[in-house]
Amino acid sequence: MDKTVPNLATAVAGIEDGMTVMIGGFGGSGAPIELIHALVDRFKATGSPRNLTLVNNNAGNGRVGLAAMIDAGMVAKMICSFPRSADPRAFTEKYLAGEIGLEIVPQGTLAERIRAGGAGIPAFYTPASYGTDVAKGKPVAEFDGKHYVQERWLKADAALIKAELADELGNLTYRKAARNFSPLMAAAAQVTIVQATSIVQPGEIDPEHVVTPGIFVDRVVAVPDAKQEEALMREGVAYA
Amino acid sequence: MSSKLTNAQIAWRAAQDIEDGAYVNLGIGFPEMVAKFQPPGRQAIFHTENGVLNFGEAPAAGEEDWDLINAGKKAITLRPGASFFHHADSFAMVRGGHLDVAILGTYEVAQNGDLANWSTGPKGVPAVGGAMDLVHGAKRVAVITDHVTKDGKPKLVERCNLPLTGVGCVTRIYTSLAVIDVENARFVLREKLPSMSVDELQAVTGAKLVLPDTIADLVAPEL
Repeated sequence: MDKTVPNLATAVAGIEDGMTVMIGGFGGSGAPIELIHALVDRFKATGSPRNLTLVNNNAGNGRVGLAAMIDAGMVAKMICSFPRSADPRAFTEKYLAGEIGLEIVPQGTLAERIRAGGAGIPAFYTPASYGTDVAKGKPVAEFDGKHYVQERWLKADAALIKAELADELGNLTYRKAARNFSPLMAAAAQVTIVQATSIVQPGEIDPEHVVTPGIFVDRVVAVPDAKQEEALMREGVAYA
Repeated sequence: MSSKLTNAQIAWRAAQDIEDGAYVNLGIGFPEMVAKFQPPGRQAIFHTENGVLNFGEAPAAGEEDWDLINAGKKAITLRPGASFFHHADSFAMVRGGHLDVAILGTYEVAQNGDLANWSTGPKGVPAVGGAMDLVHGAKRVAVITDHVTKDGKPKLVERCNLPLTGVGCVTRIYTSLAVIDVENARFVLREKLPSMSVDELQAVTGAKLVLPDTIADLVAPEL
């Protein structure tokens, strides 16, 4: 079994209009810039995929990556905890113009909803948001004298993930804090697509060091010179 | 009106209550300053929501690794014994009661411990981040804040007017004028500036202060 694919365009094939796509990363740390830009390229060439719902902690920064998808007009809705950044103009302009939807989810709830989606748990209770506007309309229950809010799982048609090492079976490691949501998203998507800085043979990643087991991964593409979103943003790069 | 503590002095005062070895989450912005003022001989272990335990100071300019950041998206460094973990584990540490202290900023805090620190109302783009999770689970949830708003209105109130972050969650408040505990849905005055009378403090506080037998002086070094 070899999950590697030859190029970025092949890696993101099958992501179509109206799908829900999870994108790993927290700010620029872990953002799979090259996979995202491959989707932007396809949209510019063919007009698809559009009307996407994206799941990410944030809603883009500057004019690259997720922000470039929003700028291009591919995104109908963001599900995120914090749609602000150093340069949030792509999302903010469309949001204030009523051109993009927003579901705000507390960060820990977002993580647990994705985890639940990957783990086959349709709903769970959390103390977060009890008594706040975010809990409006959601079932509440009392356990051992405290109140908790019911939240539902979150799943996706596809996930875009940036890894450090991958082997041909899809076993992954991550770099530093770039791990964040990615292991959860890898499990919660129908098709998990990974860009890895290096692809190695099975056995070359110590099983003790595997963070995401290959069962959660469908496609792996090598991007040895991967860009870092924060660095691009600071250089003023615009992906257009 | 008496002079008040600077932000650095408020952060210093909050840092005095953090035990050696405590697991601590500092909110984005002003609360991050608390890390600078750990008393000699004590070292807290700092947690950040995006999956790092035991991070240290910011790197020198030009030395940033943007894969190594905190929840405020600022570059950080690691201390020996640091660890990385994914977001579900990170918030298990938060909600699961594993943190000793969370220190947060605030717009308003009510005498019953309700906290409002995420939204100033319906205008603009809403953004909650980890605030609604962080107020649940830590053994102590403390707030550091100026005692009043920029227009001089009380930030310590009977009931919050702004959208809530969490209900009944705050246990201690460090302000520019006082240290106040939330106990049995009342503000209990523990420390105040020695130059300030209780009446003066009450006049800028939006709910009744309960006065215990001993009220210590709030004194911070020049910083």
